[in-house]
Amino acid sequence: MTEGIGLVGIVLISHSSALAEGAAELVQQISGGATVVPAGGTEDGGLGTSTDKIEAAIEDADAGSGVVLIPDLGSAVLSARSVLADLAGETTARLVDAPFVEGAVAAAVAAGSGADLDAVIAAAEEARDAAKF
Amino acid sequence: MDTSAFRAWVHEAARLIADNAENLTRLDAAIGDGDHGVNLRRGFQAADEMLDKAEAETPGAVLQTVGRALISKTGGASGPLYGTGFRQAGKALADVTEVDVAKLGSALEAAFNGIQQLGAAHEGDKTMLDALGPAVTAYQVAAEGGADIAGATRAAAEAAERGLAETVPMLARKGRASYLGERTIGHEDPGAASTVLLMRALATVTAGEAP
Repeated sequence: MTEGIGLVGIVLISHSSALAEGAAELVQQISGGATVVPAGGTEDGGLGTSTDKIEAAIEDADAGSGVVLIPDLGSAVLSARSVLADLAGETTARLVDAPFVEGAVAAAVAAGSGADLDAVIAAAEEARDAAKF
Repeated sequence: MDTSAFRAWVHEAARLIADNAENLTRLDAAIGDGDHGVNLRRGFQAADEMLDKAEAETPGAVLQTVGRALISKTGGASGPLYGTGFRQAGKALADVTEVDVAKLGSALEAAFNGIQQLGAAHEGDKTMLDALGPAVTAYQVAAEGGADIAGATRAAAEAAERGLAETVPMLARKGRASYLGERTIGHEDPGAASTVLLMRALATVTAGEAP
């Protein structure tokens, strides 16, 4: 990753590969160079989550300043937790309880402005209380 | 139970899950996202195949291999949950080569604790724990009463069945089903149903009845 060095990276974990990729595409536009990596669907392209995909995405998103993981539902949370348990101590990645789209947008804006990991996580979590209109 | 008995358990579990995949999916379609049977069949098939190739030489190594396969290949929430259960059970067995009735009890308890911690569910939330919890308790009661492994695992399988029946009137508080609220009342929990199959496979193998 030449872009995004020194910025917090973002991994978007969804049951649907299309949803993860679409959200990543949307968010990348406003991420100010921070890396946003989708990890959606199972390895064979079905609906579900893949720990292998999540692990690879964390590696791709890591520019040295930490990575936030934003899951959609259910197994996305459990798969991410399993990956983090396996990487214990070897990763700065953290799982965040935030709305998938709004949380990703807030995290990307914060990451792009050079915020540190804790500040990016806080931004994503605060998105839960932001009114849409 | 030696290493080959644990391999036989996994093989029998994979067979039972494949045979019942449609039923599990039907249960999940009623209150979840309808993928439990398909996912778990894929996960256990991968586990069974991985075991064929792996040089897992102890019961603990067999369970850890199964856990890894389930976590990476299943695709749904049941993968990390059962995978963690098998891995924690495998860790509890450490390097033991012949698992006695007490040791298997501690492995089952470790599986329950691992799943409970990962999913943050409690008994009564309409999850696999509602079958696994009663199974572990019944196993331990039987073991303390002097039952052998076959007797204790039979008690566990029967308790899991009763636990599954008790999920019918429950309101789901975890997973996709929790979004459906009251609509989940009146259905068996698919995770509890698959736990029954795993316990039944274990009882079948310890009774020496696996085909």
